[in-house]
Amino acid sequence: MATTELTAPTPGPAAPEPAPSAQLSNAQQAAVRIEDKARISRWLLTAPAFVTISIFGVLPLLIIIIYSFLKAAPYGGVVWSPSVEAYVSFLFQADIFTDELVFSPDFLQIYVRSFIFAVGTTVICLFLGFPTAYFMATRSPRQRNWWVLLITIPFWSNLLVRTLAIMFIIRDEGLLNNVLIGLGITKAPITILYTDFAIVLGLFYSFLPFMVLPLYASLEKLDFRLVEAGYDLYASRPKVLFRIIIPLSRPGIIAGCLLVFIPALGAYVTPLILGGGRHMMIGDLIAQQFGSGRNWPLGAAQALILMSAVLVALFFYVRATTGKMKHGQG
Amino acid sequence: MAAVKGVDLRSQFGFHTIAIVCLVVLYFPILILIIFSVNANDIVAVFSGVSTRWYEKAFYNEEFHNAAKNTLIIAVSATIGSTIFATLAAVATTRVAPWRGQNAAYMVINLPLMVPEIITAVATLSFFALLGSKLGLNFGIGNIILAHLVFCIPFAYMPIRARLETMDLTLEGAAADLYATPLKTFWHVTMPLLMPGISSGAALAFIVSFDDFTITQLVAGPGQTTLPLYIWAMIRRPMTPEINAISTILLGISILFILISFWIAQRRKA
Repeated sequence: MATTELTAPTPGPAAPEPAPSAQLSNAQQAAVRIEDKARISRWLLTAPAFVTISIFGVLPLLIIIIYSFLKAAPYGGVVWSPSVEAYVSFLFQADIFTDELVFSPDFLQIYVRSFIFAVGTTVICLFLGFPTAYFMATRSPRQRNWWVLLITIPFWSNLLVRTLAIMFIIRDEGLLNNVLIGLGITKAPITILYTDFAIVLGLFYSFLPFMVLPLYASLEKLDFRLVEAGYDLYASRPKVLFRIIIPLSRPGIIAGCLLVFIPALGAYVTPLILGGGRHMMIGDLIAQQFGSGRNWPLGAAQALILMSAVLVALFFYVRATTGKMKHGQG
Repeated sequence: MAAVKGVDLRSQFGFHTIAIVCLVVLYFPILILIIFSVNANDIVAVFSGVSTRWYEKAFYNEEFHNAAKNTLIIAVSATIGSTIFATLAAVATTRVAPWRGQNAAYMVINLPLMVPEIITAVATLSFFALLGSKLGLNFGIGNIILAHLVFCIPFAYMPIRARLETMDLTLEGAAADLYATPLKTFWHVTMPLLMPGISSGAALAFIVSFDDFTITQLVAGPGQTTLPLYIWAMIRRPMTPEINAISTILLGISILFILISFWIAQRRKA
């Protein structure tokens, strides 16, 4: 620190080599040169990350856009002839006898189901996550740290292993059924695994920390004097919660809902393990086209339809958060 | 708040209970998984005494060795690559006057976080399939490393950027005043100060690569089994507590890295 104080105020000769000029002083010229150099070096420094993601992250997305307009090769892959077959077969199926296109809602149903699951998961996560985050934010700094650590661990832990842990508990010969049978509550195991309930339970379990952490980040900054002011004006506890705390934590609520909704909508591991292939979600459906379904263009089209849904959600997020800045606090 | 003693005005009815319930819900399944990994019984769900036999079985298992080796090669390469790239990018996009293309660079770097994993997975699969069939390019396990590199960069980038934003510019100014070249300034001043952010970023990159299932499953070719893929293969066979043992090992490694990252972040605050 001592060195900073000593050296920082020293003007110091800025340009090492003399470069006389009519308009600009040496220092100014050097500044311009440094600025030019800096611009190039910024590009060079960003290039490795930018190029890697562009080639191996963005380009593949462009490729599946192209794939979705091609024809399927019989053993996976594509035939390079343009076609909108993939998008047509998303909604229609050729009748086996007449070859006529008939409306078939199979895929659409899976999308609607996934949407309902994702919304349901988001709502459950919000109802349990908000009180948790609020409770965390009202602890002492020391306790807060422990709570944040306890929520952070599942946030980053292996999703496959966590889903597996749920499976061990709810399967027919799992812990829950063993306990229930042991206590004589049921005679035969209750089927929970491979049901819709199992999927939503798994999604809730997987993404609960994704709700709690952004909510906490927003509630931690809450000005509790406003809460106090509410009580001074004779507001009841619920009234303070709904009229003061929740409106003030809106950015956190929106961020949390988005962080749960988007991965839940595109969930792959959860329905794969807890749905057992019978109760599908969009994620499995897409993977299936690239695997046993051997219809890559259809899978690409399905992926792009999911992507559009995500973009719509992100659009609402951006609108909601920028809208807030216009009306509120700032 | 001191006005009303003994009554916490901030508390809301039932929130304490819900918070405890959430914690129990989050940890109960994991604890059960760990407890049953030291189960002596052959059957996963019947506990009949403590034993480390399933861990021993895993350690002598050839398939497990291969999967662990692949996982480490992929995760270490992706971590090193992504941390270096993310550090360079963070230096160029933080604390500088806005430059043309900065927003574009920022968006591209963060893009992998916004695309659902399954879409990234099938897109990367299509990309490598095309590369293989049209150009005859197949990097083997390098395909997986490249795929991981893409989504590791934004995870490494976040904490490094956060650290840079709170760093003092005057120290670098001082180095420049003392005629240090930009490279020397970066190496002797910026880097040491940035180290907490870099290690935190590297830990996160390692975790997300180490744990990845979806993208790896679709991109991996035959023989390129990683630990998560090995667990998935085990689920589909008759299950023994060995799967619990391997899952516990995986969980333990992730938690170790989470703790490292968390600890660094805490020290930074203090």
